[in-house]
Amino acid sequence: MTTPATRRLPVVEGAGPIDHAAAAALFIADEDRADWHDRALWYVRAKRDVAAAAVPEWEALRDLASAIKEHTLSRLDDYLIQFEAHATANGARVHWARDAEEHNQIVLDILVGRGARRLVKSKSMLTEECGLNPYLESHGIEVVDTDLGERIVQLRHEPPSHIVMPAIHLKKEEVGDTFHEHLGTAAGLSDPVELTAAARAHLRDRFLAADAALSGVNFAVAESGAIVVCTNEGNADLGTALAPVHVASLGIEKVIPRHDDLAVFLRLLARSATGQTLTVYTSHMLAPREGQELHIVLVDNGRTVQLARKEFWRSLKCIRCGACINTCPVYRRSGGHSYGSTVPGPIGSVLTPGIDLERYAALPFASTLCGSCTAVCPVKVDLDGQLYAWRQHVTAAGYLSASKVAVIKTSAQVLGRPWLFRALGAVGRSALRILPARLTRMGAGVWARSRDLPHVPPRSFHAWYRANRVRTRQP
Amino acid sequence: MKIALFAPCFVDQLYPGVAVAALRVLERLGIDVDVPGGAACCGQAAANAGFERDGHRALRCVVDAFEGYERVVVLSGSCAAHLRTHAFAVGPSGVRVAERTTEFCAFLHDEIGLDAVASLGATCSQRVAVHIGCHALRNLGLARPSEIQRPAFDKVRALLGTARGISFAELTRSDECCGFGGTFAVLEPAISAKMGRDRLRDYRAGGAEMIVSTDPSCLMHLGGIARRAGIGLPMRHVAEILAGEAR
Amino acid sequence: MTARDEILGKVREGLPPFTPLPDVRAAAHSFANPAVNQAGRFIEAARASGARVTESTRDDLASLIPELYPDARAVLSSSPSVAGTMVFSEDPHALGDTDLFVCEATLGVAENGAVWIPASRVRHRAALFLAANVAILVERYVLVHDLHAAYAAIDVAVDGFGVFVAGPSKTADIEQALVIGAHGPKSLSIILLT
Repeated sequence: MTTPATRRLPVVEGAGPIDHAAAAALFIADEDRADWHDRALWYVRAKRDVAAAAVPEWEALRDLASAIKEHTLSRLDDYLIQFEAHATANGARVHWARDAEEHNQIVLDILVGRGARRLVKSKSMLTEECGLNPYLESHGIEVVDTDLGERIVQLRHEPPSHIVMPAIHLKKEEVGDTFHEHLGTAAGLSDPVELTAAARAHLRDRFLAADAALSGVNFAVAESGAIVVCTNEGNADLGTALAPVHVASLGIEKVIPRHDDLAVFLRLLARSATGQTLTVYTSHMLAPREGQELHIVLVDNGRTVQLARKEFWRSLKCIRCGACINTCPVYRRSGGHSYGSTVPGPIGSVLTPGIDLERYAALPFASTLCGSCTAVCPVKVDLDGQLYAWRQHVTAAGYLSASKVAVIKTSAQVLGRPWLFRALGAVGRSALRILPARLTRMGAGVWARSRDLPHVPPRSFHAWYRANRVRTRQP
Repeated sequence: MKIALFAPCFVDQLYPGVAVAALRVLERLGIDVDVPGGAACCGQAAANAGFERDGHRALRCVVDAFEGYERVVVLSGSCAAHLRTHAFAVGPSGVRVAERTTEFCAFLHDEIGLDAVASLGATCSQRVAVHIGCHALRNLGLARPSEIQRPAFDKVRALLGTARGISFAELTRSDECCGFGGTFAVLEPAISAKMGRDRLRDYRAGGAEMIVSTDPSCLMHLGGIARRAGIGLPMRHVAEILAGEAR
Repeated sequence: MTARDEILGKVREGLPPFTPLPDVRAAAHSFANPAVNQAGRFIEAARASGARVTESTRDDLASLIPELYPDARAVLSSSPSVAGTMVFSEDPHALGDTDLFVCEATLGVAENGAVWIPASRVRHRAALFLAANVAILVERYVLVHDLHAAYAAIDVAVDGFGVFVAGPSKTADIEQALVIGAHGPKSLSIILLT
């Protein structure tokens, strides 16, 4: 059983621009596997449809969720201050981090301050974004990702390929190999129930021995200072209910005003993500347990820059459900690793270019602008509109390759001059009819690698119209 | 009501039969229709490739050509959507033209009505897979997208349903993108072709003998893939069925 | 300038144009709200999430629990109606060998089969996650229609911690195969009391 080729690609692991098209071509090369991946993700999309259909007010909920988020972002400073005040009054310590480095330093300082050497982590895309794990490990902290999918990719030294289902790109035999190597399970064992049981036992020891627990935050409620963490496995709670130190990291866009608003988001989140009505655990943590320290780290790391972008601030409404990723026909056929970004798929392609436009210039083009992502988004982020807008920025900055630019500009100039277009069209059409298929295929380059050229008609419509209709209109 | 029929660039050049069929349908319905010569391309390809300003030149020609018509009926969902969304950028005339722009099937369904269309007496003995282009579907409201929780409707199927003898292939994925995406087809050729192959597989598994679409660009893409694979699956625009030019 | 000041300053500089907060409560009232048969909806949703649901009275609990859990030796209970065999230790780490944890919820949500458990209902929240099996008692009359009604009814802040529990722990992270019993409890019983 081979490991997916994409994660070893220099095009996504090196420092230069991500070549999504090349990575995608490699992914597709194993067509059976690509089909398997595509069907797995489509199945999750289909479950989302069933769950959404059972809620008569689904579209009204989306409108509400979008409006709540847009309002919150328009008053984000007030809500951050309100959240901080309540959380502090509840006994939590609130920290602020300008960027990834500052976040990582703050977390390290908290752990070192308590003499903590063993950290258990539940799902946090933010900490993935900040590169927290390697940073802590380089300072002698043992970091164990406890979400099963995250633990699997951690053992394999791979990044997650999906924000909700980190190991969706792996077959059970591959997980079995990884567990055989790292957990001592039997060679060739691939039954998910037995593998999960092995992980349960392995991680239980870690939970009980942990000095500290770190969690992400799904929602931070300003009116009470509560942080809300949603899991199916119970791993966030196992960590935070036992360890004497709980660190909760969140991006500043995760704040929402009230508990009433929480109801709207929770009704949408699990249904959009996996088709469940609710995650198994929705934990609301306000105050540290007796004898525990609760630290909350509010992180910017480029979010204030995105907030100020007139075209792109709405991407901050995202509640990280992954529905756009599941529905994207391009993601399903190219896999999360082909994006080379912490968050892949449509939302990744509107968030990540804002961080490094040159490196991620290809991502807004990894899309047909079909709009399915926008249609499933529970908070109505205008994803296809933002992808289109990012394309304008990429070309204005000169980050599209020279050959691609030439093709596009030439056709644009011709099509802007109808008489020239028709003249060239006539030449092109006759050329296509006369030359052998092999030659025209070469000339038509990329198009013709996988498609035949269209049959060429003898006459354009306008020529037909002039010949058949215009005469009759003369007075 | 005087309407202008817009056959976008590649329809004009490569699929004139679609435009002829559409013109005949409109004429038989008693509609006063013009085909202004000054319009070639809406500029969508350039804009979607990130060269919005280059596309404006083409857009301006289109807007100038169509000023003064009460309706601009476009033979492509993606071009109609592009005009409606972006024509404002060339000024007040662009705003006016955008408001009056409609796609061919939407025009027939919403403004002419199914009864009138049925009077065309179209026939089609094939089992047809209906392929609504993504912009026609999600931007122009030609049908309820599968993501949206609202009562289902399908204007294209309703129009095709007026053709006597027609039947419809049932699909496992009712509205997945065919993978053309304009410049996507040349910037991400592997995925583009794969998406097209997957749609064809779904259509054929549903027993489709013909593919009928609102968008000639989708047909061009799917047709190219089918022919390369040696699959003889006829591809038609809705206008060709209604004009009685497909059996 | 502190990080806090710098971040808040940047936020203020980049705020999008103001849009008002919608009236969520009014919207929630407008959603269909059948008052009848909340119990039926609740039971169906709880079972769909993988929970076993049994109906009982408080008086019958003493015989019901051993019937549902014949093999449970180490039983921890924070319900006054169910006697445990274990005592709550000071240290939650000592609860790792609990076979069964019994507790009471203060509210149930019909739309998703979830129950609300505030910290005051469990001596250690760890018990909810460390126990191999969990049984939650919930009174029929505290069932509400949906999460809107739930948040209107509960005071999240009162206890410093509260959790909605909707089924036994689970994962589908290995090839989308659903496995019940991930890190948390392997089974969940809801006992609906009249």
